[in-house]
Amino acid sequence: MARVVVNVPASAKRGELIEIKTLAAHTMETGFRRTQLGELIPRDIIRSFVCAYNGEEIFRAGLHPAIAANPLLVFTAVATESGTITFTWSGDNGYSATQSAAITVV
Amino acid sequence: MTTRREFLVLAGAAVAAPAVVEAQIDPNQAEKRKAAFAEALHRVVGDARVRRGRVKLQLPPLIDNGNSVPLSVSVESPMTPADHVKAIHVFTEKNPLPDVISVHLGPRSGRAYLATRIRLADSQTVLAIAQMSDGSFWSDGAEVVVTLSACLEEGLI
Repeated sequence: MARVVVNVPASAKRGELIEIKTLAAHTMETGFRRTQLGELIPRDIIRSFVCAYNGEEIFRAGLHPAIAANPLLVFTAVATESGTITFTWSGDNGYSATQSAAITVV
Repeated sequence: MTTRREFLVLAGAAVAAPAVVEAQIDPNQAEKRKAAFAEALHRVVGDARVRRGRVKLQLPPLIDNGNSVPLSVSVESPMTPADHVKAIHVFTEKNPLPDVISVHLGPRSGRAYLATRIRLADSQTVLAIAQMSDGSFWSDGAEVVVTLSACLEEGLI
């Protein structure tokens, strides 16, 4: 179950800097840990994150096993126009999650 | 808390699978990680010169738990279409893999800023490199002391 949370201000002035916070529920299994019997636990991480503002990509991140469990990403964007901001996470074992947030620019 | 039963299972595994245990303790591990770090750096930077400055990497200097370490990177840049930060890369010296995160930004980011939480396996230097739109590279490093390491604690014991 892909659970994700995003925090985007509901409204902003045109040209204003907004802070976007995103969090995805994921163990981010590194692939370096072993079970008690010495077997390697296979890697299972979120590998990429993309943020698009009205369809145009504004932020992209490539994640590696060194990102802590439940990856948090905080970044900024310029509020240019009203519309939706979409967030997409994808990773190992076919993991995929999408979330969107509406923003009103006045 | 390890129960008696878990201990016996573990002890049995240690005897039964010595190859696995040996594979863990590689005498050249430090050298290999150094080489991997240099290679990861080269993959991003190429032969360009990396200058100190403009980048500000913030990490707590003393870390109790390496499994979740708050990290933030900000880069001085006007973030205009002509002059902006294209990418920020974070590397670690002594983690099993040197790469931590690579983010790609543009003028629509408004500010070159990133905050996340990372894992650290050891006391080491963390390096952030910013790639500017003019092709130059700037960096900042932070030395951290980690008391409880990520990755290995739960897995091996």
